[in-house]
Amino acid sequence: MSTLVDIIASAGLWAAVLRIATPLIFGTLGALLCERAGVLNLGIEGIMTFGAMIGWLSVYHGADLWTGLLIAAIAGAIFGLLHSALTVTLGLSQHVSGLGVTLFASSFSYYVFRLIVPVAGTPPTITPFQPIAIPGLSTLPFIGPALFTQTAPTYFAILIALVMAYLIFRTPVGLAIRMTGENPHAAEAQGLNPMNIRYGAIIAGSALMGMGGAFLTLSAFNSFFPTMVQGRGWICIALVVFSSWRPGRALFGALLFAFFDAFQLRLQTAVQGVPYQIFLMTPYVLSIVALAVMSRRARVPQALMQPYRRGER
Amino acid sequence: MRFERREHRPLYMMTLAPLLAIIAALALAGILIAIAGAPVFEAYRRILLGAFGSRLSATETLTRATPLILTGLAAAVAFRARLWNIGAEGQFYFGAIAVAAFGSKMLAGLPSPILIPLLMVIGAIAGMILILVPLWLRLRFSVDEVVTSLILNFIAVLFVSMLIDGVLKDPTAFGWPQSQALADHAMLPKLIARSRLHIGFAIAIIIAAIVYFVQSRTVFGMQSRATGLNPSGAVFAGVRLGSTLVKVACLSGGLAGLAGAIEVMGVKGYVTTDLSPGFGYAGIVVAMLANLNPLGVVLAAIFTATMFVGADGMSRSLGIPTYIADVTVALSLLTMLIALFFTQYRIRR
Repeated sequence: MSTLVDIIASAGLWAAVLRIATPLIFGTLGALLCERAGVLNLGIEGIMTFGAMIGWLSVYHGADLWTGLLIAAIAGAIFGLLHSALTVTLGLSQHVSGLGVTLFASSFSYYVFRLIVPVAGTPPTITPFQPIAIPGLSTLPFIGPALFTQTAPTYFAILIALVMAYLIFRTPVGLAIRMTGENPHAAEAQGLNPMNIRYGAIIAGSALMGMGGAFLTLSAFNSFFPTMVQGRGWICIALVVFSSWRPGRALFGALLFAFFDAFQLRLQTAVQGVPYQIFLMTPYVLSIVALAVMSRRARVPQALMQPYRRGER
Repeated sequence: MRFERREHRPLYMMTLAPLLAIIAALALAGILIAIAGAPVFEAYRRILLGAFGSRLSATETLTRATPLILTGLAAAVAFRARLWNIGAEGQFYFGAIAVAAFGSKMLAGLPSPILIPLLMVIGAIAGMILILVPLWLRLRFSVDEVVTSLILNFIAVLFVSMLIDGVLKDPTAFGWPQSQALADHAMLPKLIARSRLHIGFAIAIIIAAIVYFVQSRTVFGMQSRATGLNPSGAVFAGVRLGSTLVKVACLSGGLAGLAGAIEVMGVKGYVTTDLSPGFGYAGIVVAMLANLNPLGVVLAAIFTATMFVGADGMSRSLGIPTYIADVTVALSLLTMLIALFFTQYRIRR
């Protein structure tokens, strides 16, 4: 019992929570934006992998860290454009197109990585983002080291969540996105172009996914290895449902989820005699439980997964 | 530019579409090979040689195609009914580990003619058990099964890793986490001597034929197709949606489990967590390339296996990463989607 208290009372745990949550925040917000406009983006796992790879590769070849993050975002946007063309223009199955994008983006990442970095004993590394101590706040006892000594992309992710909450619920652009996700025909009757809105949302959302992946290589770790995304993309898709398509709750969900993940990591060393795989399973089990619990109450965008064609119902 | 639905889909288009898709994917992958600085046609010649250039490589390609046929069928039967079972990878591992659990000691007293079919059934049942989780969540809580079945893949591999680290661990494996080996007489007989090709390949083809028959000639096949095409119409026509989906899921999960069972019994004889280089995910592509047709799945699986096996040889001689095979296969999924679209729609300005 005392070990549990020790774990929860350690500042290290809470610092890890924010760190683990960051890629999830980026990814969940990205997926949420696509779904608000009515398009499921299962390309997320592959887009995150590609973002992780291309962000790392850019920095490895001399770009600075922010440029690396930007390049990852642009790469994500390009895959978003591909997914848009398939699902919006052609109106193909969003499930299959997304899986195709994921398979392509991840295998393409491994290909490019191996082409440029041949097999070596130890993978090459870069100097990642360093924690920034926010003056004044970081010296606060306990919460200082936990909450205010993160790397810059973590602060950036939280900022994006707040901006997106404002954008979706308080601006005309957000209203247009929501209308497109609920009823594209009604949106068109209002003089909006549902096709363009979907394109925009998918491209911007996919850019966020790319950044979420890049956080892994540019901040959490300092090298790239295949399979490093490890299902985080799918967990983001589950978190979108958990959040009921609301950015604020997505932020909360990602943090809650990261808390359990950070907690199980520490429990692994504290508790002996339980196979470590049981602990590793918890994030995946949790996301399934979250889906089951929340999907009843969730208000799904009504036009989600429905292709929109002008003049066709 | 507008798209207009075609009145009917001519047969030549339906047969031409997969070919054009594959040619387009190969052309796109050719660009990547050229960027890597290798001669494109030489690379493709080496892939073909690597996959079919000798007796050894040809049997190796068909051995690799065997699990792909079964996971491809698993995806095809499910997608037909719009049941998005993306969990074939996990179901594959469940089938494999069940066979290892029962086939190493517990049932090893049985003679081969009883043991081998029994183990296959056990593997299939293990795959079914895993798919029941996303199915139950869909029917009970209306949770989209894509994410749940996908996430279960990670759980299944961790579960297998736990077993081969624990109760099923082979004590003679020098500490490596691998399962106890199957009894010798639980292994599938070879189809061709002095090769790895086992009778699982023939079994997979027979199963593809059976699935084709079930889908095109039986009431269940018709009901599952109706469920996929138009769920509300199917209900109106008296199809019981829930029970149809349960049957489709069991068939799909069972096929994926069987794939794992046959891979263990035919090739390795024991289970490790790298038993599958993504057979479950490649099965999705195989099913799409076959346009969900069970007989097409056999051809698509052989194409996919050709890429994977052939790329190894090409990679060694030309220095192109073997991942080019995965890229080509994934690209062919995307090009196939587009090709299929144009069999359904024509462009109107």
